[in-house]
Amino acid sequence: MKEINVQQVIPVVKKLCIDANYYAAHDVVAKVQEFRNREESPTGREIIDLMMENYRLAAQEQMPLCQDTGVAIVFVELGQDVHLVGGDFYAAINEGVRQGYVEGYLRKSMVTDPVIERKNTKDNTPALIYTDIVPGDAIKITVAPKGGGAENMSEVKMMSAADGLEGVKDFVVDRIRRSGGNPCPPVVVGVGIGGSFEQCALLAKKALLRPLTEPNPDPQWAKVEAELLERINRLGIGPQGLGGTTTALAVNILYKPCHIASMPVAVNVNCHCHRHESAVIN
Amino acid sequence: MSKTFNLTTPLTTADLEPLHVGDKVMLNGIIYTARDAAHKRLVALLQENQPLPFDIRGAVIYYVGPSPARPGKPIGSAGPTTSYRMDKYSPLLMDAGLKGMIGKGERNRAVVDAIIKNKAVYFASIGGTAVVAAQAVKSARVIAYEDLGAEALTELVVENFPVFVANDIYGNDIFEQGVAQYRKE
Repeated sequence: MKEINVQQVIPVVKKLCIDANYYAAHDVVAKVQEFRNREESPTGREIIDLMMENYRLAAQEQMPLCQDTGVAIVFVELGQDVHLVGGDFYAAINEGVRQGYVEGYLRKSMVTDPVIERKNTKDNTPALIYTDIVPGDAIKITVAPKGGGAENMSEVKMMSAADGLEGVKDFVVDRIRRSGGNPCPPVVVGVGIGGSFEQCALLAKKALLRPLTEPNPDPQWAKVEAELLERINRLGIGPQGLGGTTTALAVNILYKPCHIASMPVAVNVNCHCHRHESAVIN
Repeated sequence: MSKTFNLTTPLTTADLEPLHVGDKVMLNGIIYTARDAAHKRLVALLQENQPLPFDIRGAVIYYVGPSPARPGKPIGSAGPTTSYRMDKYSPLLMDAGLKGMIGKGERNRAVVDAIIKNKAVYFASIGGTAVVAAQAVKSARVIAYEDLGAEALTELVVENFPVFVANDIYGNDIFEQGVAQYRKE
């Protein structure tokens, strides 16, 4: 058993919020550069060049890559041998988010009641926190700020086994086709399959966390991902939807077992900024 | 073949006649920021025959909710937000004289029809290149709806603010034509 004081979590989360928003992730930069040289549209190439210029400027000026600094989505892998002391763990995460968004000049985009009041909470809390208990005595925290434009293009569909793999593929491709320029393409496509209604949606979001430069560890699914990416990049949507051959940078799939009667599928779309930053506390 | 133009606001029909989808425009002068919440209020004023907080004739509205400015800077990161959320309000604003809109993503049929009817233009700015966009903003001044925070109606003075023509006065639509050009399904 290892004691970790939750107060240690606050500065870590604060830094993750700021760094994820200021610095383009290495896997994203690598993918964007790879696609830049293959983009057939001159306007598309110009847009990708602007994206790369934006990475440089954001780091230099210490400003967020995008003004929509998102919902603070926090994934926690909590080692089962950790004993958390010194206060409320989730309150500490929210305090880190509050400090990061206020002191890092990040936009506050959370509203309280989603329909009637829609009143801004003014510090971007509450964070959306997902915790998994894992072996070990460390805490891994990932902050993945998620913008509204791309999140709004996401969808869950309760499919049937009869729809098969082709049905899944068609749903994913169609979801991106219908999204057009709205989610800030080139997008990253997270796909969650199986589990249940709510689990497939979370799987789709978690799928986004796999580095874009790494193929699916399961060769069968790696093949499906490659085929989906190819099909999506034939849609013609291109950077920002103005036409081109770079509509998605990657398709990442996660699956779980599911009920004999079900085949839930979720598509979670992310914008080209694809922000994520992780740290380990031990 | 796409061209590059330099335009200064307020815009006139004559300014917009040479523009075709895919052209790049470097915008100069005053543009106004407004998102859904501010649009709702502007349209309510028009419907009640009340004056707007700015002269909308020839004006350009930029759909943006910037991040907070660092001390000494006019604005924080300032890329476009998704435009379809403003579709409900834009035709009425164009009828009142609005000449340009800047955002990201496609517009609905009613907006495209109003663009043709009023000889206005919808410009696509590049989402997620918000620091590049901020560099073109020389000053920012909230002129109304301060209570909306990042969504307040703000007057921006811009220099060489880069945008692409997405819907021109001739009814062309880059989201259809540009995409069709590269579709290989």
